[in-house]
Amino acid sequence: MKQAEDNNFSISAQITCAEDVVVARQRGRTLARAMGFSPSDATLIAAAISELARNIVRYADRGELLLGKSEDGMLFVIARDNGPGIADVEAALRPGWSTSGGLGMGLPGVKRISDYFEIVSNAHGTTVTMRKRKR
Amino acid sequence: MAVPILKQGDVLIASIQSALTDVDLVALRDALVEQVASHRTRGVIVDVTALDVMDSFASRTLRDLAHMIRLRGARTVIVGIQPDVAFAMVQLGLTLENIPTALDLEEGLAFLSAVRHAR
Repeated sequence: MKQAEDNNFSISAQITCAEDVVVARQRGRTLARAMGFSPSDATLIAAAISELARNIVRYADRGELLLGKSEDGMLFVIARDNGPGIADVEAALRPGWSTSGGLGMGLPGVKRISDYFEIVSNAHGTTVTMRKRKR
Repeated sequence: MAVPILKQGDVLIASIQSALTDVDLVALRDALVEQVASHRTRGVIVDVTALDVMDSFASRTLRDLAHMIRLRGARTVIVGIQPDVAFAMVQLGLTLENIPTALDLEEGLAFLSAVRHAR
C-alpha cells in the first residue's frame, strides 16, 4: 500500500486476497483515528472497509480501495473493481440477500452506517462510495 | 495466522491473538469442529478479545462454528467481545443469534460448568 500524493490523507490499496482485506481495514482505522473519529466509530469504519474489501475479493478477484478525507471533512471510502458487476443493486442492498451463500448483511450494513452511500455497477465493474461524518 | 487451541479438562479454548483473515476464521472453525471429537470435548470457548473487527463474515463464521459444534454434542461460548466491537456490530445490524456469550474466559468457563451440571 502506498500513500497517494494528491491528498494529505489519501490511501490507495490494491485488494487481491484475504490479507489485503485485513491490512486495508487496519489502515482505515488508523486514518479514522488520525481524523479525530472516536474509537467506536473507527471500529465501525474498519468493519465497513472489511465488508467492501471482501466483496472485491469474493466477486471480482481484484480491485482497489481508496481512503481519505473529503472536502467536506468526512472520511470517504471508495471500493472499485472491474468485476462482473452487481445484477440487481436494489436487491444487494436488502438485508439477507446474497448470491454467494453469505449472510447478506455486508452492503446493507455499510449503507446503514454511512452518511453518504452510492453504488455504480455495470457489466464492466462496480464502484461503491461511502462517506462518514464525525459525530 | 493459526489460532492456538488449548485443552483444559473437557473444554477447548481458542484464544484469538490478533486480527484474523477470512481464511484464518474458516480454518479455526474447521479445526475446532474436528478437535471436539478427538478430545471428547463438552465445551468450546472462543476468546475474541484481540479480534479487531467483527463484520458479517466473522459473525456468520462464529455462528456456523457454534451450530456445528452443537451438532457434535458440545456447547460453544464466545467471550471477550470488546465494547467498540459490540457497538459496531449493533450499528451494522449483526448478531450472533442464540450463541451464548460471556464477558471473559472465567465467565465462559463458569457458563459451561453450569450447563454441564444442569444435564
